[in-house]
Amino acid sequence: MLSQILYALPFLAAGFAVTLWVSLLVVVLSLIAGVLLGVGLVYGPMPLRWAVRIFSDTIRGIPILVLMFFVYYGLPAIGLHLPSFWAAVSALTLFKTAQVIEYLRGAVGSIPKGQFEAAMAIGLTFRQRLTYVIFPQAFRRFLPPWINGVTDAVKGSALVSLLGITDLMQAINQVIGRTYEAMPLYILGALIYFAVNYALSLASRRLERRFSFIRE
Amino acid sequence: MGYALNFNLIWRHFDKLWGGLLLSLELAVISIAIGVVIGLVLAVWYVSAGRVVRAVIAAYVEFIRNVPLILLVYLVFYGLPTVVDLAYSAPTSFVLTLSVYSGAYLVEVFRSGLEAVPRGQLDAGKAIGLTPWQRLLHVRLPTMLRITLPALSNTFISLFKDTSIASVISVPELTFGAQWINFNTFRIVEVYLVTTAMYLVTGYIMLFGLRLVERRFRAAR
Repeated sequence: MLSQILYALPFLAAGFAVTLWVSLLVVVLSLIAGVLLGVGLVYGPMPLRWAVRIFSDTIRGIPILVLMFFVYYGLPAIGLHLPSFWAAVSALTLFKTAQVIEYLRGAVGSIPKGQFEAAMAIGLTFRQRLTYVIFPQAFRRFLPPWINGVTDAVKGSALVSLLGITDLMQAINQVIGRTYEAMPLYILGALIYFAVNYALSLASRRLERRFSFIRE
Repeated sequence: MGYALNFNLIWRHFDKLWGGLLLSLELAVISIAIGVVIGLVLAVWYVSAGRVVRAVIAAYVEFIRNVPLILLVYLVFYGLPTVVDLAYSAPTSFVLTLSVYSGAYLVEVFRSGLEAVPRGQLDAGKAIGLTPWQRLLHVRLPTMLRITLPALSNTFISLFKDTSIASVISVPELTFGAQWINFNTFRIVEVYLVTTAMYLVTGYIMLFGLRLVERRFRAAR
């Protein structure tokens, strides 16, 4: 049993690399999209605010799995052919973007209005107000939930296995298909996911503690 | 483009979606009910227990929360029967998994709620001569529930959405029904539009219901 698992280790490692790659793409892309849309939600004109609000509430209201099938099977029907990898990444990114929008709204919303008005009064442009006044203060509110959300991205990435992408989850299932050692391999997989995510949540907690001394 | 929406085939097979939604709700309600019991018992035990028990409960919570649900679903359905002499159907297996999964999230919710109950309340309970059991039942738990209701609502709705994972072990819930129609009729955009709407409407009905409960209990304060 052990020799079979050892034999499969390089294959599992390749799957794990895909898991990390998918997670990284989702985290980075959703951070960019989420911050832009989040700023649109807080400071944008009414129609943009409504659009972002509807986007966020809709996406967060449906299971990621349904969103992923929708993107994967639905896009070709309207003439967009994405490889399964990018379909999966897009779906997970859409979901994560909606979450990032909410983290940003919460973080920026916690900054007193006077800060923005003071920055306006000393003649800073909109972009300067955000980069020099609002974001540095909102950062410590944004970071802990966001890092916690990164663990969700790693866990969510296991769903890409359902589109036939050989990530860690799929690699485990394939090794089980050959060796019939279901229980040891699922436990091994669980421990790998646990190690990554637990490290991330410890980092999140440490940051939260580090920032908690600052009082308004 | 060249894709014309046609919902006829969706309505013809709508029983797959409707029956699926009812099963999703059933899976969610049973799992959440068991999860609430697990969560309450372990949270109450945690706040009054010694180091060893705390470590064991924390290990359960951290382990479950840091592993993908889909892996746990596979583990219980395909893995567990290979080492223990148990036979269960896919829906039972999923309820078992989601119960243990929701339990871990709910321990956290209840524990932070219990720790947020003001000390003065407990001292007051002691001062008027309540036994520890009475203090728990009449002071600590009601106050904790009031504090945790918003977080609780979010967890419940999130768990309802998680029932979609049951489709990977062929439990005929809503997502499974959607896939069946997808593969058998190829009205792909239509079926996922309808399914999305069904999840959204159900989720928002749950949300409004839970908000009503929250408001009622806030008023009683």
